[in-house]
Amino acid sequence: MKIAMPVFNKSLESGIAESFGRTPYFLIYDMEEKTCAFFDNTAIASQGGAGIKAAQAVVDSGAAVVVVPQCGENAANVLKEAGLKMYKTISKSVQENIAAFAEGKLSPLENVHAGFHNHGGK
Amino acid sequence: MPVFTIMAGNSLKIAVLSGKGGTGKTLVSVNLAAAAPQAVYIDCDVEEPNGHLFFKPQDVAVKKISVKIPVVDESKCNGCRVCVDFCKFNALAYIGGRLKVFETVCHSCGGCVLFCPEKALAEKDKVIGEIQSGVSETVSVLTGVLNTGESSGIPIIKQLLNAPVGETEIAMIDCPPGSACIVMESIKDADYCILVAEPTLFGVHNFSMVHELVKLFDKPFGAVLNKCLPGNNPAETFCRENEIQILGRIPFAAEIGAINSNARILVREQPKYRDLFAGLLLRVMEEVRRETTAHS
Ligand code: SF4
Ligand code: SF4
Repeated sequence: MKIAMPVFNKSLESGIAESFGRTPYFLIYDMEEKTCAFFDNTAIASQGGAGIKAAQAVVDSGAAVVVVPQCGENAANVLKEAGLKMYKTISKSVQENIAAFAEGKLSPLENVHAGFHNHGGK
Repeated sequence: MPVFTIMAGNSLKIAVLSGKGGTGKTLVSVNLAAAAPQAVYIDCDVEEPNGHLFFKPQDVAVKKISVKIPVVDESKCNGCRVCVDFCKFNALAYIGGRLKVFETVCHSCGGCVLFCPEKALAEKDKVIGEIQSGVSETVSVLTGVLNTGESSGIPIIKQLLNAPVGETEIAMIDCPPGSACIVMESIKDADYCILVAEPTLFGVHNFSMVHELVKLFDKPFGAVLNKCLPGNNPAETFCRENEIQILGRIPFAAEIGAINSNARILVREQPKYRDLFAGLLLRVMEEVRRETTAHS
Protein backbone atom coordinates (compact mmCIF):
# COMPACT_ATOMS: atom_id res chain seq x y z
CA MET A 1 0.00 0.00 0.00
CA LYS A 2 1.21 3.50 -0.84
CA ILE A 3 0.70 6.51 1.37
CA ALA A 4 0.99 10.14 0.30
CA MET A 5 2.14 13.15 2.35
CA PRO A 6 2.65 16.82 1.49
CA VAL A 7 6.32 17.62 2.19
CA PHE A 8 8.67 20.62 2.03
CA ASN A 9 11.70 18.77 0.60
CA LYS A 10 12.39 15.68 -1.45
CA SER A 11 13.70 13.79 1.55
CA LEU A 12 12.43 11.47 4.29
CA GLU A 13 13.97 13.95 6.73
CA SER A 14 11.65 16.65 5.45
CA GLY A 15 8.92 18.28 7.48
CA ILE A 16 5.26 17.87 6.55
CA ALA A 17 3.70 20.84 4.77
CA GLU A 18 0.59 22.45 6.27
CA SER A 19 -1.23 23.03 3.01
CA PHE A 20 -2.31 20.10 0.86
CA GLY A 21 -3.00 22.14 -2.29
CA ARG A 22 0.01 24.43 -1.97
CA THR A 23 2.70 22.00 -0.75
CA PRO A 24 5.88 22.07 -2.87
CA TYR A 25 6.15 18.26 -3.11
CA PHE A 26 4.33 15.05 -2.38
CA LEU A 27 5.99 11.99 -0.91
CA ILE A 28 4.62 8.63 -2.00
CA TYR A 29 5.81 5.97 0.42
CA ASP A 30 5.36 2.28 -0.30
CA MET A 31 4.70 0.53 3.00
CA GLU A 32 5.59 -2.98 1.80
CA GLU A 33 8.61 -2.19 -0.37
CA LYS A 34 9.79 0.56 2.03
CA THR A 35 10.62 2.75 -0.95
CA CYS A 36 9.83 6.36 -1.52
CA ALA A 37 9.16 8.57 -4.48
CA PHE A 38 8.59 12.32 -4.71
CA PHE A 39 6.81 14.46 -7.21
CA ASP A 40 6.45 18.22 -7.68
CA ASN A 41 3.06 19.63 -6.88
CA THR A 42 2.18 21.49 -10.07
CA ALA A 43 -0.96 22.85 -8.39
CA ILE A 44 1.18 25.19 -6.28
CA ALA A 45 1.03 27.90 -8.94
CA SER A 46 -2.70 27.58 -9.63
CA GLN A 47 -4.93 30.62 -9.30
CA GLY A 48 -7.64 28.56 -7.72
CA GLY A 49 -8.72 24.99 -7.20
CA ALA A 50 -5.19 23.99 -6.13
CA GLY A 51 -6.61 21.36 -3.77
CA ILE A 52 -8.54 19.68 -6.58
CA LYS A 53 -5.52 19.57 -8.87
CA ALA A 54 -3.20 18.30 -6.14
CA ALA A 55 -5.74 15.66 -5.14
CA GLN A 56 -6.05 14.52 -8.75
CA ALA A 57 -2.26 14.05 -8.90
CA VAL A 58 -2.22 12.12 -5.62
CA VAL A 59 -5.04 9.87 -6.84
CA ASP A 60 -3.13 9.28 -10.09
CA SER A 61 0.00 8.34 -8.14
CA GLY A 62 -1.79 5.23 -6.94
CA ALA A 63 -1.69 6.12 -3.24
CA ALA A 64 -4.43 4.55 -1.13
CA VAL A 65 -3.92 6.76 1.89
CA VAL A 66 -3.08 10.40 2.54
CA VAL A 67 -1.60 11.63 5.81
CA VAL A 68 -2.14 15.37 6.25
CA PRO A 69 -2.42 18.01 8.97
CA GLN A 70 -5.60 19.35 7.33
CA CYS A 71 -7.40 19.31 4.03
CA GLY A 72 -9.79 21.53 2.07
CA GLU A 73 -13.29 20.46 1.21
CA ASN A 74 -12.81 20.13 -2.55
CA ALA A 75 -9.61 18.12 -2.24
CA ALA A 76 -11.25 15.89 0.35
CA ASN A 77 -14.14 15.26 -2.06
CA VAL A 78 -11.78 14.15 -4.81
CA LEU A 79 -9.85 11.89 -2.44
CA LYS A 80 -12.98 10.38 -0.91
CA GLU A 81 -14.60 9.78 -4.25
CA ALA A 82 -11.48 7.97 -5.44
CA GLY A 83 -11.68 5.81 -2.32
CA LEU A 84 -8.57 7.14 -0.56
CA LYS A 85 -8.47 7.20 3.22
CA MET A 86 -7.38 10.35 5.01
CA TYR A 87 -5.49 10.36 8.30
CA LYS A 88 -4.33 13.20 10.48
CA THR A 89 -0.62 13.73 11.12
CA ILE A 90 0.64 13.36 14.69
CA SER A 91 3.73 15.54 14.22
CA LYS A 92 5.69 17.41 11.59
CA SER A 93 8.08 14.51 11.02
CA VAL A 94 7.58 12.28 7.97
CA GLN A 95 9.22 9.29 9.62
CA GLU A 96 7.22 9.52 12.82
CA ASN A 97 4.01 9.55 10.82
CA ILE A 98 5.04 6.58 8.69
CA ALA A 99 5.89 4.64 11.86
CA ALA A 100 2.62 5.63 13.50
CA PHE A 101 0.65 4.61 10.41
CA ALA A 102 2.42 1.22 10.33
CA GLU A 103 1.37 0.66 13.94
CA GLY A 104 -2.20 1.74 13.24
CA LYS A 105 -1.88 4.74 15.54
CA LEU A 106 -3.12 7.50 13.22
CA SER A 107 -6.70 8.67 13.53
CA PRO A 108 -8.94 9.56 10.59
CA LEU A 109 -8.88 13.22 9.50
CA GLU A 110 -11.93 15.09 10.64
CA ASN A 111 -11.18 18.78 10.24
CA VAL A 112 -12.01 19.34 6.61
CA HIS A 113 -12.20 23.10 6.11
CA ALA A 114 -14.31 24.97 3.60
CA GLY A 115 -11.21 26.16 1.78
CA PHE A 116 -9.99 29.62 0.87
CA HIS A 117 -11.52 30.14 -2.52
CA ASN A 118 -11.14 33.87 -2.71
CA HIS A 119 -8.58 34.01 -5.44
CA GLY A 120 -6.74 37.32 -5.34
CA GLY A 121 -7.23 37.74 -1.62
CA LYS A 122 -9.33 40.31 0.14
CA MET B 1 -30.50 72.86 -1.90
CA PRO B 2 -27.64 73.04 -4.39
CA VAL B 3 -28.29 72.53 -8.06
CA PHE B 4 -26.59 69.66 -9.80
CA THR B 5 -25.99 69.75 -13.46
CA ILE B 6 -24.87 66.72 -15.32
CA MET B 7 -23.48 67.08 -18.78
CA ALA B 8 -26.06 66.27 -21.40
CA GLY B 9 -26.06 62.71 -22.61
CA ASN B 10 -23.82 61.66 -19.77
CA SER B 11 -25.03 59.84 -16.75
CA LEU B 12 -22.46 59.94 -14.04
CA LYS B 13 -21.10 56.84 -12.35
CA ILE B 14 -19.38 57.21 -9.02
CA ALA B 15 -17.77 54.25 -7.29
CA VAL B 16 -17.32 54.23 -3.52
CA LEU B 17 -14.50 52.04 -2.21
CA SER B 18 -12.78 51.17 1.01
CA GLY B 19 -9.89 48.98 2.05
CA LYS B 20 -11.99 46.82 4.33
CA GLY B 21 -15.53 46.45 5.57
CA GLY B 22 -16.93 48.69 8.32
CA THR B 23 -15.10 51.81 7.15
CA GLY B 24 -18.23 53.71 6.22
CA LYS B 25 -18.37 52.85 2.53
CA THR B 26 -22.08 52.04 2.68
CA LEU B 27 -22.77 55.08 4.88
CA VAL B 28 -21.15 57.35 2.30
CA SER B 29 -22.67 55.77 -0.81
CA VAL B 30 -26.19 55.49 0.64
CA ASN B 31 -26.21 59.08 1.84
CA LEU B 32 -24.71 60.51 -1.34
CA ALA B 33 -27.39 58.71 -3.35
CA ALA B 34 -30.08 60.02 -0.99
CA ALA B 35 -28.71 63.56 -1.29
CA ALA B 36 -28.94 63.60 -5.10
CA PRO B 37 -32.14 64.75 -6.82
CA GLN B 38 -32.33 61.46 -8.72
CA ALA B 39 -29.96 58.57 -8.17
CA VAL B 40 -29.42 54.90 -8.74
CA TYR B 41 -27.77 53.12 -5.84
CA ILE B 42 -25.99 49.97 -7.02
CA ASP B 43 -24.85 47.56 -4.32
CA CYS B 44 -21.96 45.55 -5.77
CA ASP B 45 -20.92 44.23 -2.37
CA VAL B 46 -22.62 40.99 -3.40
CA GLU B 47 -21.33 38.86 -0.54
CA GLU B 48 -22.77 41.20 2.05
CA PRO B 49 -25.08 43.72 0.46
CA ASN B 50 -26.57 45.98 3.11
CA GLY B 51 -27.51 49.24 1.41
CA HIS B 52 -31.07 47.93 0.98
CA LEU B 53 -31.40 47.72 4.75
CA PHE B 54 -31.18 51.52 4.79
CA PHE B 55 -33.26 52.26 1.72
CA LYS B 56 -35.96 49.67 2.44
CA PRO B 57 -36.98 49.77 -1.23
CA GLN B 58 -40.58 49.24 -2.36
CA ASP B 59 -41.94 47.21 -5.29
CA VAL B 60 -38.92 44.96 -5.34
CA ALA B 61 -38.48 42.86 -8.46
CA VAL B 62 -36.10 39.92 -8.45
CA LYS B 63 -34.05 38.66 -11.36
CA LYS B 64 -32.13 35.41 -10.98
CA ILE B 65 -28.58 35.44 -12.32
CA SER B 66 -27.15 32.25 -13.70
CA VAL B 67 -23.91 31.10 -15.27
CA LYS B 68 -23.06 28.25 -17.63
CA ILE B 69 -21.62 25.13 -16.04
CA PRO B 70 -20.41 22.06 -17.93
CA VAL B 71 -22.25 18.76 -17.63
CA VAL B 72 -20.74 15.53 -18.85
CA ASP B 73 -22.45 12.87 -20.92
CA GLU B 74 -20.77 9.82 -19.43
CA SER B 75 -21.65 7.60 -22.38
CA LYS B 76 -19.47 9.80 -24.61
CA CYS B 77 -16.60 10.59 -22.23
CA ASN B 78 -13.55 8.37 -22.79
CA GLY B 79 -11.44 9.80 -19.98
CA CYS B 80 -8.88 11.56 -22.16
CA ARG B 81 -8.65 14.40 -19.61
CA VAL B 82 -8.20 17.12 -22.18
CA CYS B 83 -10.77 19.12 -20.23
CA VAL B 84 -9.07 18.50 -16.87
CA ASP B 85 -5.75 19.73 -18.21
CA PHE B 86 -7.36 22.69 -19.91
CA CYS B 87 -9.26 24.07 -16.93
CA LYS B 88 -6.97 26.61 -15.37
CA PHE B 89 -9.30 26.98 -12.41
CA ASN B 90 -9.01 23.25 -11.65
CA ALA B 91 -12.75 22.84 -11.52
CA LEU B 92 -12.55 19.39 -13.11
CA ALA B 93 -11.12 16.10 -11.87
CA TYR B 94 -11.18 12.65 -13.40
CA ILE B 95 -11.54 10.12 -10.62
CA GLY B 96 -12.63 6.53 -10.44
CA GLY B 97 -13.36 6.51 -14.15
CA ARG B 98 -15.69 9.52 -14.01
CA LEU B 99 -15.41 13.22 -14.66
CA LYS B 100 -16.30 15.36 -11.67
CA VAL B 101 -17.28 19.02 -12.04
CA PHE B 102 -16.74 21.32 -9.06
CA GLU B 103 -19.50 23.77 -9.80
CA THR B 104 -18.55 26.40 -7.23
CA VAL B 105 -14.96 26.47 -8.53
CA CYS B 106 -15.93 26.71 -12.22
CA HIS B 107 -15.63 30.20 -13.73
CA SER B 108 -17.87 29.44 -16.72
CA CYS B 109 -15.22 30.12 -19.34
CA GLY B 110 -16.73 27.46 -21.59
CA GLY B 111 -13.29 26.21 -22.66
CA CYS B 112 -13.72 22.60 -21.63
CA VAL B 113 -16.91 22.30 -23.68
CA LEU B 114 -15.11 23.63 -26.75
CA PHE B 115 -12.06 21.46 -26.38
CA CYS B 116 -13.58 18.09 -25.49
CA PRO B 117 -12.63 15.90 -28.48
CA GLU B 118 -15.57 13.57 -27.85
CA LYS B 119 -18.18 16.33 -27.57
CA ALA B 120 -19.09 14.80 -24.23
CA LEU B 121 -19.56 18.15 -22.49
CA ALA B 122 -22.55 20.45 -22.71
CA GLU B 123 -23.54 23.57 -20.79
CA LYS B 124 -26.33 24.00 -18.31
CA ASP B 125 -27.53 27.05 -16.43
CA LYS B 126 -26.81 27.33 -12.75
CA VAL B 127 -28.28 30.10 -10.60
CA ILE B 128 -25.55 31.81 -8.54
CA GLY B 129 -27.52 34.69 -7.11
CA GLU B 130 -29.96 37.46 -7.95
CA ILE B 131 -30.46 41.15 -8.55
CA GLN B 132 -33.19 42.88 -6.58
CA SER B 133 -34.45 46.21 -7.84
CA GLY B 134 -36.80 48.56 -6.07
CA VAL B 135 -37.45 52.22 -5.35
CA SER B 136 -36.86 54.31 -2.25
CA GLU B 137 -38.10 57.91 -2.69
CA THR B 138 -35.72 59.51 -5.22
CA VAL B 139 -33.41 56.53 -5.37
CA SER B 140 -33.62 53.39 -7.52
CA VAL B 141 -32.02 50.65 -5.49
CA LEU B 142 -30.24 47.76 -7.18
CA THR B 143 -28.87 45.02 -4.98
CA GLY B 144 -26.65 42.16 -6.10
CA VAL B 145 -26.80 39.01 -4.00
CA LEU B 146 -24.35 36.14 -4.40
CA ASN B 147 -25.47 32.78 -3.03
CA THR B 148 -23.20 31.51 -0.26
CA GLY B 149 -20.50 29.11 -1.37
CA GLU B 150 -20.25 30.52 -4.89
CA SER B 151 -16.73 31.48 -5.89
CA SER B 152 -17.30 34.55 -8.00
CA GLY B 153 -19.80 37.38 -7.92
CA ILE B 154 -18.39 38.95 -11.08
CA PRO B 155 -21.26 37.78 -13.37
CA ILE B 156 -23.70 39.51 -11.02
CA ILE B 157 -21.68 42.71 -10.96
CA LYS B 158 -21.47 42.75 -14.76
CA GLN B 159 -25.26 42.61 -14.97
CA LEU B 160 -25.71 45.18 -12.22
CA LEU B 161 -23.52 47.67 -14.05
CA ASN B 162 -25.33 47.03 -17.31
CA ALA B 163 -28.54 48.34 -15.81
CA PRO B 164 -29.62 51.55 -17.56
CA VAL B 165 -28.89 54.79 -15.74
CA GLY B 166 -31.02 57.77 -16.78
CA GLU B 167 -29.39 60.88 -18.24
CA THR B 168 -30.08 63.02 -15.23
CA GLU B 169 -29.31 60.34 -12.72
CA ILE B 170 -26.23 59.78 -10.67
CA ALA B 171 -25.21 56.16 -10.19
CA MET B 172 -23.61 55.47 -6.84
CA ILE B 173 -21.73 52.16 -6.90
CA ASP B 174 -21.16 50.60 -3.49
CA CYS B 175 -18.12 48.40 -4.19
CA PRO B 176 -17.04 45.26 -2.34
CA PRO B 177 -14.40 46.01 0.32
CA GLY B 178 -10.74 45.34 -0.38
CA SER B 179 -8.81 45.36 -3.63
CA ALA B 180 -9.50 41.94 -5.20
CA CYS B 181 -10.52 41.40 -8.82
CA ILE B 182 -14.20 41.81 -7.99
CA VAL B 183 -13.48 45.41 -6.97
CA MET B 184 -11.73 46.06 -10.27
CA GLU B 185 -14.83 44.84 -12.07
CA SER B 186 -16.95 47.25 -10.03
CA ILE B 187 -14.93 50.36 -10.82
CA LYS B 188 -14.17 49.60 -14.48
CA ASP B 189 -16.86 51.92 -15.85
CA ALA B 190 -16.84 54.47 -13.07
CA ASP B 191 -16.24 58.13 -13.94
CA TYR B 192 -14.94 58.89 -10.50
CA CYS B 193 -13.89 56.97 -7.39
CA ILE B 194 -14.43 57.97 -3.80
CA LEU B 195 -12.14 56.27 -1.31
CA VAL B 196 -13.46 56.11 2.22
CA ALA B 197 -10.84 56.05 4.97
CA GLU B 198 -10.99 55.78 8.71
CA PRO B 199 -8.40 57.37 10.95
CA THR B 200 -6.51 54.32 12.25
CA LEU B 201 -3.10 53.03 11.20
CA PHE B 202 -4.58 49.68 10.22
CA GLY B 203 -7.21 51.50 8.19
CA VAL B 204 -4.49 53.46 6.40
CA HIS B 205 -2.73 50.28 5.34
CA ASN B 206 -5.89 48.96 3.67
CA PHE B 207 -6.60 52.38 2.27
CA SER B 208 -3.19 52.49 0.60
CA MET B 209 -4.01 49.27 -1.27
CA VAL B 210 -7.25 50.67 -2.70
CA HIS B 211 -5.32 53.80 -3.55
CA GLU B 212 -2.91 51.69 -5.62
CA LEU B 213 -5.86 50.08 -7.36
CA VAL B 214 -7.51 53.30 -8.52
CA LYS B 215 -4.15 54.64 -9.66
CA LEU B 216 -3.64 51.44 -11.66
CA PHE B 217 -6.99 52.00 -13.37
CA ASP B 218 -6.13 55.62 -13.95
CA LYS B 219 -9.41 56.78 -12.43
CA PRO B 220 -9.88 60.26 -11.03
CA PHE B 221 -10.46 59.94 -7.31
CA GLY B 222 -10.63 61.67 -3.97
CA ALA B 223 -10.94 60.67 -0.34
CA VAL B 224 -13.64 61.03 2.27
CA LEU B 225 -12.40 60.80 5.84
CA ASN B 226 -14.86 59.08 8.13
CA LYS B 227 -15.03 59.03 11.94
CA CYS B 228 -12.96 62.21 12.25
CA LEU B 229 -11.93 63.34 15.71
CA PRO B 230 -9.97 66.48 16.55
CA GLY B 231 -6.22 65.88 16.54
CA ASN B 232 -3.90 63.59 14.68
CA ASN B 233 -5.48 61.62 11.81
CA PRO B 234 -3.22 59.02 10.16
CA ALA B 235 -5.54 58.86 7.13
CA GLU B 236 -5.27 62.61 6.64
CA THR B 237 -1.48 62.44 6.90
CA PHE B 238 -1.43 59.69 4.29
CA CYS B 239 -3.58 61.77 1.94
CA ARG B 240 -1.33 64.81 2.33
CA GLU B 241 1.84 62.79 1.78
CA ASN B 242 0.39 61.22 -1.36
CA GLU B 243 -1.32 64.36 -2.63
CA ILE B 244 -4.77 62.82 -2.49
CA GLN B 245 -7.68 65.27 -2.65
CA ILE B 246 -9.72 65.29 0.53
CA LEU B 247 -13.31 65.74 -0.57
CA GLY B 248 -14.87 65.92 2.83
CA ARG B 249 -14.91 64.80 6.43
CA ILE B 250 -17.57 63.01 8.41
CA PRO B 251 -17.21 63.68 12.12
CA PHE B 252 -17.13 60.95 14.71
CA ALA B 253 -20.42 61.59 16.50
CA ALA B 254 -22.61 59.45 18.70
CA GLU B 255 -25.69 60.71 16.85
CA ILE B 256 -24.37 59.55 13.48
CA GLY B 257 -23.53 56.17 14.93
CA ALA B 258 -27.00 55.85 16.43
CA ILE B 259 -28.89 56.82 13.26
CA ASN B 260 -26.67 54.59 11.17
CA SER B 261 -26.90 51.55 13.41
CA ASN B 262 -30.69 51.86 13.34
CA ALA B 263 -30.40 51.44 9.55
CA ARG B 264 -31.71 54.96 8.96
CA ILE B 265 -30.37 57.40 6.40
CA LEU B 266 -28.69 60.50 7.84
CA VAL B 267 -29.71 62.70 4.93
CA ARG B 268 -33.37 61.85 5.45
CA GLU B 269 -33.23 62.40 9.20
CA GLN B 270 -31.78 65.87 9.61
CA PRO B 271 -31.17 68.93 7.41
CA LYS B 272 -27.62 69.33 8.70
CA TYR B 273 -26.71 65.92 7.31
CA ARG B 274 -28.49 66.66 4.05
CA ASP B 275 -26.27 69.76 3.80
CA LEU B 276 -23.16 67.74 4.64
CA PHE B 277 -23.75 65.11 1.94
CA ALA B 278 -25.21 67.50 -0.65
CA GLY B 279 -22.06 69.58 -0.18
CA LEU B 280 -19.92 66.50 -0.60
CA LEU B 281 -21.79 65.50 -3.74
CA LEU B 282 -21.37 68.97 -5.17
CA ARG B 283 -17.65 68.81 -4.46
CA VAL B 284 -17.46 65.45 -6.27
CA MET B 285 -19.35 66.87 -9.27
CA GLU B 286 -16.91 69.78 -9.45
CA GLU B 287 -14.01 67.37 -9.38
CA VAL B 288 -15.54 65.29 -12.18
CA ARG B 289 -16.16 68.40 -14.26
CA ARG B 290 -12.59 69.55 -13.71
CA GLU B 291 -11.26 66.13 -14.71
CA THR B 292 -13.43 66.02 -17.83
CA THR B 293 -12.30 69.45 -18.97
CA ALA B 294 -8.68 68.62 -18.22
CA HIS B 295 -8.87 65.48 -20.33
CA SER B 296 -10.81 66.73 -23.30
S1 SF4 C 1 -12.29 16.09 -22.65
FE1 SF4 C 1 -14.29 15.13 -22.98
S2 SF4 C 1 -13.83 12.98 -23.30
FE2 SF4 C 1 -11.99 13.88 -22.43
S3 SF4 C 1 -12.23 13.54 -20.22
FE3 SF4 C 1 -13.09 15.56 -20.65
S4 SF4 C 1 -15.25 15.16 -21.00
FE4 SF4 C 1 -14.23 13.21 -21.14
S1 SF4 D 1 -16.17 26.13 -18.04
FE1 SF4 D 1 -14.04 26.79 -17.85
S2 SF4 D 1 -13.79 27.04 -15.63
FE2 SF4 D 1 -15.63 25.80 -15.90
S3 SF4 D 1 -14.91 23.69 -15.81
FE3 SF4 D 1 -14.90 24.27 -17.97
S4 SF4 D 1 -12.80 24.97 -18.35
FE4 SF4 D 1 -13.11 24.96 -16.13
